[in-house]
Amino acid sequence: MTQRINRRQFNKALAAAGAVSAFHPLGIVRAQSARLKVGVLLPRSGVQAGIGQDCHRVVQITGGILGDLGLPGLEIMNGDTESNVDVARSRAERLISEGAQLLVGAFDSGQTTAIAQVAEQRGIPLVINIAAAPPITEQGYKFVFRNFATAPMILGDAFANQLEVFAATGVAPKTAVFMHVNDTFGVAMQKGFTGVMSKFTMPYKVVDTIAYDPAARDLSVEVAKAKATGAEALVLVSRLNDAMLLTRELVKQRWSPKAILSMGPGWYEDQYLKTLGKLGDGPISFVPWYDPNKKLAKRLEAAHAKAYPDINLNTNHIYTFEALLVAADAFKRAGSADPKALADAIRATDIKDNVSTGPGIQFNAKGQNDKLKNSAIQNRDGKLVVVAPKSASNARPELPMKPYDKR
Amino acid sequence: MIARLLEGVPRRGLAMLAALLALLLVFPQFASGYLLAIGFLILYFAFVGQAWNIMMGFAGQLSLGHSLYVGLGAYAAAALYVHFGLSPWVGLGASIGVCALAGAVIGFLAFRFGVSGVYFAILTIAFAEFARIGFDHFAWVRGSSGLFLPVANYIENDLWNLRGSPRMFYYLMLGLAAGAFVLCHALLRSRVGYYWLAIRESPEAAQALGINLFRYKMFAVVLSAAMTSLAGVVFAFYYNNLFPEQIFHISRSIELILGPIIGGIGTLVGPLVGALLLTGLAEGLGELLLALGVDVPGVKQVFYGVCLLLVVMFLPDGVWPPLARALGLNRKG
Amino acid sequence: MPAEIYLNVAASGLLTGLVYGLMALGLSVIFGVVRVVNFAHGEMMTVAMYLTLVLFGALQLDPLILLVPIAAVLFALGYLLQFGVINPFINRPEHSQFMLLVAIGLILVNLQLIVFGPDAKGIRTAYSFDSFQLGALIVDAAKVYAAGAALVVAAALFAFFRFTLLGKAIRACADNYAGARVVGLNVKHLYALTFGLGAACVGAAGAMLMAVIDVTPTLGPAYTLLAFVIVITGGLGSMPGALLGGLLIGLTEALGGVLFTPSAKSMFAFGLLVLVLLFRPQGILGRKAA
Repeated sequence: MTQRINRRQFNKALAAAGAVSAFHPLGIVRAQSARLKVGVLLPRSGVQAGIGQDCHRVVQITGGILGDLGLPGLEIMNGDTESNVDVARSRAERLISEGAQLLVGAFDSGQTTAIAQVAEQRGIPLVINIAAAPPITEQGYKFVFRNFATAPMILGDAFANQLEVFAATGVAPKTAVFMHVNDTFGVAMQKGFTGVMSKFTMPYKVVDTIAYDPAARDLSVEVAKAKATGAEALVLVSRLNDAMLLTRELVKQRWSPKAILSMGPGWYEDQYLKTLGKLGDGPISFVPWYDPNKKLAKRLEAAHAKAYPDINLNTNHIYTFEALLVAADAFKRAGSADPKALADAIRATDIKDNVSTGPGIQFNAKGQNDKLKNSAIQNRDGKLVVVAPKSASNARPELPMKPYDKR
Repeated sequence: MIARLLEGVPRRGLAMLAALLALLLVFPQFASGYLLAIGFLILYFAFVGQAWNIMMGFAGQLSLGHSLYVGLGAYAAAALYVHFGLSPWVGLGASIGVCALAGAVIGFLAFRFGVSGVYFAILTIAFAEFARIGFDHFAWVRGSSGLFLPVANYIENDLWNLRGSPRMFYYLMLGLAAGAFVLCHALLRSRVGYYWLAIRESPEAAQALGINLFRYKMFAVVLSAAMTSLAGVVFAFYYNNLFPEQIFHISRSIELILGPIIGGIGTLVGPLVGALLLTGLAEGLGELLLALGVDVPGVKQVFYGVCLLLVVMFLPDGVWPPLARALGLNRKG
Repeated sequence: MPAEIYLNVAASGLLTGLVYGLMALGLSVIFGVVRVVNFAHGEMMTVAMYLTLVLFGALQLDPLILLVPIAAVLFALGYLLQFGVINPFINRPEHSQFMLLVAIGLILVNLQLIVFGPDAKGIRTAYSFDSFQLGALIVDAAKVYAAGAALVVAAALFAFFRFTLLGKAIRACADNYAGARVVGLNVKHLYALTFGLGAACVGAAGAMLMAVIDVTPTLGPAYTLLAFVIVITGGLGSMPGALLGGLLIGLTEALGGVLFTPSAKSMFAFGLLVLVLLFRPQGILGRKAA
């Protein structure tokens, strides 16, 4: 504690109040003059409500942690995009009219693009927490920053991590069938798949590609097709509901691939683990994740576990937290809430003590953090362990997957 | 010609319209970014509601798949811009063409095969869904990964390429909405308008009088589709990204018909009143809940649904007819 | 592609189709008799599904047993809805009915969102992961049970309309509204009863479907659309038609998915719908309108 009070005069009051806030149940700094007004836009109702509400969970506990780090307080202004691009845009405008000095959001690529335009037009910085469509940071925006991997980045790390896993377990499938959900993320991943894969010498050949409707109620046809290929591994990009449906079909149609390699959400989520129990063990997900060995990650994990004991820390929480971290850090360095100063400060961000895997948070000229690394996590005994890359792992991978009928 | 358009319109009504137009013209001067965005949305829904109204209110065909035309129009102009750099003012020719064709096909299939009422509505839904899934697999427009328009700048207003400030888009939309209003008024006054009225009131009698049902119903459908396509073009260039899943979705079709139904089907002012009321209601409810400190997602939509329910139950002809009577304008529309 | 995959896929499609058929049966009854376009049909089904979830959690009874009380609850809800709210709308234009039910649907979806949250919720029965194997054919056990239950409920409904006095009265209303009133039937009550029956079908289908899939608040609208496609394809006002429509749509989607790309399989259902609307608008088993 004494170390922090010896900081620059400028931050003394902030740090002291920050320490107080760490014990405050809501973690929101109150007795403070210089707080940054941050508008957080998430889809908390509508089709994407599940993810938006999940992201929102971490917003509640961020204040305390940031205060602990001696970072300035954030006044959070919540906006519900209602999973709709019209609402996203008008909400963004509304928050800015109410004084938001920085925006964070918004998960969906379409809604995020609409918000990005508003941000750019009004000259208010936007820090994107989650949205993988590459074009967003290719538009030449000056006020838009993304601390999240693009689809090509996720793919590249997925293949690299897969090679590591195959080497560590001694199991390398020779054939694979690729299934993907036919939505923005799924198609982006599918498009980059062959191109990125050619840069690695993967042991398997993809024998078939099967795309399915995101609103599918029944995936028996898709699984039947996949099973018919006789492939040894199932590589996929799916969502939570599909992951559960697919697993059930795999069990019912009596097909246990040697490995299930997922490059997207679903297979590691709480709902999946809870619903499937023993049948949920085994799949390895290659996704943006946190480094369990990092100090701040451990701290976030602890705070998260305390506030939400039944919920695992996941991608939604990590990257939403980091977006707010970037905001607070930039505010501190800029010394003011002037949007141009904030944007410049964000561009100069260099946070090494962060939560997500990789060397830290920095932004290139286009506003993208291209140094992010993605991890591999495996479902084990109803919990999640990080199995790759080795430097950011806390367990060894296990392959082949135990057949479903033997569980 | 102007005199003919103005003949018979109550003085009061004209004065009110003029006042409204003046208000809308100066609105951006004192509106915040947020209010301007809302203003754009209201005009957008007023325009697209007016276009839909032509098919429903004037020709009596319930279309529940109007998002088809918004989407086709949007994609046509956007794809031409992205691939060939064609200005949307040129691209909209393609949009109108494609949508008119789509409308013609749907109209032809429906009228020749005698599909009407609920069945026609379901047919339109089927076509919109067909487009949604089809475009998801359409590589030239990037399928479900979305079509992104390159964004240049927001400082200057480039009207030719529709790149510019929200204010520019607001005035563009105002022009479209006002134009649609005048066009519909002129049409209602013309021979076509009276034929439509006859067809709506009693198709058999109209046919007996020698009115070619097929031709005039087709005209309504094609016109409605073509007008809606323009809304799609503006949408594409305003938001700069298109996803089939979102633009062809049935919720969008429902969204754009709420205005005219609540406002008053078949009336001229109905779509505008409806759009104003609905957008105002949605935002107002949001503000109210915020003021009360309620931050539960979904509550706003429940209240919105209840309001819709009440209006539908107690004001079956929409809000405009009783409002018009109250304002002393005893002409419908 | 090995032949057995077509067999498995077709079997799966047919079984699922039967359950969809039961759901559509409810709509056929409502639309065929009361002539109300129930655009909140799918939302009613999700209410039944959530109810199943709650009861299963509390009583641990199999959903196929729970379908009886749930059908009863939905019956009551349907009756009240028709009697109280929808009745004045019977003679109003379609767009008014549509608006009314869209509003009701919107309220239901968001109430479910508020109460249950957005995450998908499912139940796990003893047979959730079972399958039957007959040679090369592997069929999902849960689907078999659900399909069986659907047939039983459909048969019961069919018997009701064919053999009971009440059933005949309802059919009379459907055939000739004015005549029914002249004869002294309490049409308003009968309509409410019919809506209740349709809702009960949906309730039963929802309970069965919970054994097979998970429920989310936004599941409703897709099922409403599916119900309409099935009813129109099979034939309005024809109960075997609804089941046949369900089977056909289930089969079409399944085979379409296998032969082409699964992500476009819904297109086949819509394609079939368009063809039916154009060439045989009364549906496959429907009677031509008078």
